[in-house]
Amino acid sequence: MLSNWYDFRDLGNPVSRLIEGLEDAGVSDGWIYVITGLLGAIGILTFIGIAAVINIWIERRVIGRVQIRRGPNRVGPFGLLQPIADAIKLIQKEALQPKVADGFVFTLAPIVIFVPAILAFAVLPWGEQMVLADLNVGVLFILALGSTTTIMIFMAGYASNNKYALLGSMRVIAMLISYELPGVLALLGVVLFAGTMSLSGIVGFQDFYWSWLIFFQPLALLIFLLGSTAELNRTPADIAEAESEIVAGFHIEYSGMKFGLFYAVELVNAIAVSAVIATLFLGGWWTFGLENVIPGWILFIGKIYAVYFIFIWFRGTLPRFRIDQLMAFAWKFLLPLAIVNALLVAVEVFVWTEYDLNAGVVLPIFGVVNFALAGVLIVAFGRMIGAAYERYPKQPMMYRDIDVPLPEPAPA
Amino acid sequence: MVIAFWTLAALTLGAAAMIIVVRNLLHAVLFLILSFIGVAGLYITLSADFVAVAQILIYAGAIAVLMIFAVMLTPRSSRNNAGNFLQLPALVLSGLIAAGAAIVAYETEWREADRGSFDTTAAQIGDALLSPFVLPFEIASVLLVAAMIGAIVLVRED
Repeated sequence: MLSNWYDFRDLGNPVSRLIEGLEDAGVSDGWIYVITGLLGAIGILTFIGIAAVINIWIERRVIGRVQIRRGPNRVGPFGLLQPIADAIKLIQKEALQPKVADGFVFTLAPIVIFVPAILAFAVLPWGEQMVLADLNVGVLFILALGSTTTIMIFMAGYASNNKYALLGSMRVIAMLISYELPGVLALLGVVLFAGTMSLSGIVGFQDFYWSWLIFFQPLALLIFLLGSTAELNRTPADIAEAESEIVAGFHIEYSGMKFGLFYAVELVNAIAVSAVIATLFLGGWWTFGLENVIPGWILFIGKIYAVYFIFIWFRGTLPRFRIDQLMAFAWKFLLPLAIVNALLVAVEVFVWTEYDLNAGVVLPIFGVVNFALAGVLIVAFGRMIGAAYERYPKQPMMYRDIDVPLPEPAPA
Repeated sequence: MVIAFWTLAALTLGAAAMIIVVRNLLHAVLFLILSFIGVAGLYITLSADFVAVAQILIYAGAIAVLMIFAVMLTPRSSRNNAGNFLQLPALVLSGLIAAGAAIVAYETEWREADRGSFDTTAAQIGDALLSPFVLPFEIASVLLVAAMIGAIVLVRED
């Protein structure tokens, strides 16, 4: 990397220049730490702010494209100013609060729900030296943040004092508990394989062995992707705010900018999870040597949006699950697969380290074996738990599912 | 470090006191979560990063949700708690326990560890769990599996 401070390819350069300047000026280590931390936080917050605005436009345009309509296209060129118009509308609206609501918790919920969403970005490596807090337990930290979101959503649902809101938040809690397990077990496979829980360590592993982890952990990626779709409350699994069942779920009573915060946090969470997937499975900033030409953080943002596109694609194409289907999917399908995957990875890593095999020989074999087993397991499990496809069903499916006998045919 | 310790200690103890003071059960659960987070912060000041994150994951994430479920499934949980005649005995008992703990903590001669902090606590904990403490670890997991199967058997309808 070049070391000119104005070289934009490595944003670490201006920071390291700044640190050197501060050290020369005789500033103590504690203050240097504070100043660099603040600078990094400002950078990340800027990215989050811009992303939250841009993503509204991206999401609506892409879903429009998927559903063969146009999406926002009137305000500004290609409708680019639509998010700003939306935000102005939301700010102008009156922030209503029900008389029976629990006032303090009602106001607090949309504010604190932003905390885990933003904190997740702190441990992500944006470049070789660009990580705000390089925790040893980065993966666990992200999982812990994901589990706390439940409480904020419950606060919102409970404080609204509305039965739909309460139903929605109880659904979120039940769903998040279920989907946390497959997600954790899927990431356990990744952590076992890489041998570290630090996110920059996992990127370093992929750099060292010149390969992305997606080639060794396809099943883990699939399980984590589906599990995080549920945790994000996005459409195939958005039973928390299912419009057709419980109106808007936990944010039914929120209006104005409080609703805007919930809307924004959904987008920020989606970006955070995309960034985690891009880091763990797609190499983060490392892209087969391309990061020497293009700055790593631009590649990383590109990967984030590639994963985010898949989430939008899900949202545009898949219908909503019923709540029992969603639970059964987590417990009967994702969880056993995740356990099998963790077991498989443990055996592979054991064989690899115990017999001290050459990585260049072993890793391609692991990749092929894992891909084959992923396919076989998914098909076999689907066959085992799913109902067989009937070409000519004898009676309507809904009747059979809820076990209601068909009415007797009327006498002719 | 000192400022962080006192802030976190005040947060933890203040939240713990508010659990008792507030009448609303759900507010008490929320203060309990705040108290858990304060304890996690205290672990961070002790550079026990794994324990701190596990504290948030398990206590603020899972145990709190369990408590929320318990409160929501309690009939008439929306009714605020009234005072009852056990207030004074409870105060005396908890005061005695707190005094006992304080005296023991004050009288003990604490040894200072002469090594620095561990670099990676996660790896150390993993090694410790699987070599010297493997038997308690396995017993705990067998116990948890038994509890899980028991719960499933209890609620099965057929």
